[in-house]
Amino acid sequence: MNMRQQLVQTVESVLTADERLIVLLGDIGVFGFRNSMKAYPDRVYNIGILEQATVSLAAGLATVGYIPVVHTIAAFLIERSLEQLKIDFCYQKLGGNFISVGASYDYSALGCTHHCPGDVGVLKNLPGMEIVVPGTSEEFDTLFRQAYANGHPTYFRLSERTNSHTYSSKFGKAEVIKSGKQLVVVAVGSALEPVLEAAQDDDVTVLYYTTVVPFDAETLREFAHSSKILLCEPYYSGILTSDIMNALYPKPLTIDHVGVPARFLSEYGTIDEHNDRIGLTSKHIKARMASLIR
Amino acid sequence: MDLRKLREKVITIATNAMEGHIPSALSVLDILWVLYDRVLKVDPSKPQLPDRDRFVLSKGHAAIGLYVILAQKGFFPMSVLDTFGKYDSILGGHPDKNKIPGVEASTGSLAHGFPMSVGMALGLKIRRSPSRVFVIVGDGEANEGPTWESALLASHHQLTNLCCIVDYNHSTDRALQVGDLAKKYESFGWETCSINGHDHNEIFGALQRTGSGKPYAIVADTIKGFGCTDMENSPEWHHKYPKPEELPALLESLR
Repeated sequence: MNMRQQLVQTVESVLTADERLIVLLGDIGVFGFRNSMKAYPDRVYNIGILEQATVSLAAGLATVGYIPVVHTIAAFLIERSLEQLKIDFCYQKLGGNFISVGASYDYSALGCTHHCPGDVGVLKNLPGMEIVVPGTSEEFDTLFRQAYANGHPTYFRLSERTNSHTYSSKFGKAEVIKSGKQLVVVAVGSALEPVLEAAQDDDVTVLYYTTVVPFDAETLREFAHSSKILLCEPYYSGILTSDIMNALYPKPLTIDHVGVPARFLSEYGTIDEHNDRIGLTSKHIKARMASLIR
Repeated sequence: MDLRKLREKVITIATNAMEGHIPSALSVLDILWVLYDRVLKVDPSKPQLPDRDRFVLSKGHAAIGLYVILAQKGFFPMSVLDTFGKYDSILGGHPDKNKIPGVEASTGSLAHGFPMSVGMALGLKIRRSPSRVFVIVGDGEANEGPTWESALLASHHQLTNLCCIVDYNHSTDRALQVGDLAKKYESFGWETCSINGHDHNEIFGALQRTGSGKPYAIVADTIKGFGCTDMENSPEWHHKYPKPEELPALLESLR
């Protein structure tokens, strides 16, 4: 089951269990949610293609006791509606859930208007916004159930590419995939898959984060056996650098990062072609690891 | 305290704080007076009652007008008004729902309060609550896209519990003509009426109505700075506070 299918299954299950949940679809995922739209016509809406008002409307629903889920393509949900997320949810301290599809360049052939490698970076500037980047469908299910009703605005970043194995089981907590001495690799979401392939024979620590905010500094402090850090993220690279430095302060660090470069990826093609070109591959990650360890 | 005294308070606290949008506050003061005095079902001693009516000041810069009315109605003591703009005050240049009893939405950036009020109305409708939702928007706010997104959403979802009051004081005329707003709302599927936004009988009559199967918009023709002769329709006062030496003459010119 891919993440979009999991989204439907998870949210349908929570709709049944929790009468406070309301789903607002930005004309995306409508076929997937067709059954719940029939079952809960008062709580599942294809709201239309008006992301800014939809996010504000969701905040209004939150003020009268509902838990909104807003779902559409990442670029429109986050970058188009950024001020609504900032003022109507974060500033006003209202709870809500924002679930995107498209990730950095899942719509690779549609071009840059539908890319969103900047979502995590801009949301990190909104105080109070929680950010979840699941690496598998099961992880989305687990993390959504744990966080959806916690009273905070929470962003769930779904992606087409997923990891082969599920590791993350607790919101806000990093998983120690392996422990070693030469290097610490911090992998976020779907970046874990190439990291594990690259790191399988090396004496390195691999920490896996699916919750980006709040950042689990404790696990990093406990398992940072080396001052050399490689940060691997599936969005604009380097976003967690300051969190890592703050967590390990005043330890002197050498930090390198792999992720999406800060430029428009104006080529088309496939997700894998983009991954190859920008170096989100096990081969490239292994080379960066070797360079750090050297 | 009568309306003239409240106008005096608006001007005085803005002068003391050296902050505030006085003419915008005076533009909506008559509407707020009638709304809180005779229409809204709210209890100042229990501002969070679930089945209360909601009021949202989407044009948040008119905040001082709302503050003097809330204080007058007992949501907080009148003495709090004198703290306006101070570092630790609950009262700033735009209303904060997490600080001020009776404020339902934190507004300031335009066209946020209106779609939030649509969400409130939708939520209350789903719950079959008898509560109504009132929102005041400015004509300048009609420049913003989400204003019209909100108008579409409210009519599509037949939010008869929603009343949008347009404070049409023509502040945007110098930038972007918004034309006949009643016709625009009608074309978006709303029921509308047009009134003199300073005539209390007209305001009360309009606020009592609801749309039949539609949301309801009241286009209130208003005067920016109404009641203070020196400020009326004077753009220079939009975001300007009087010097202390100007205050006596301004208060003297109050109606």
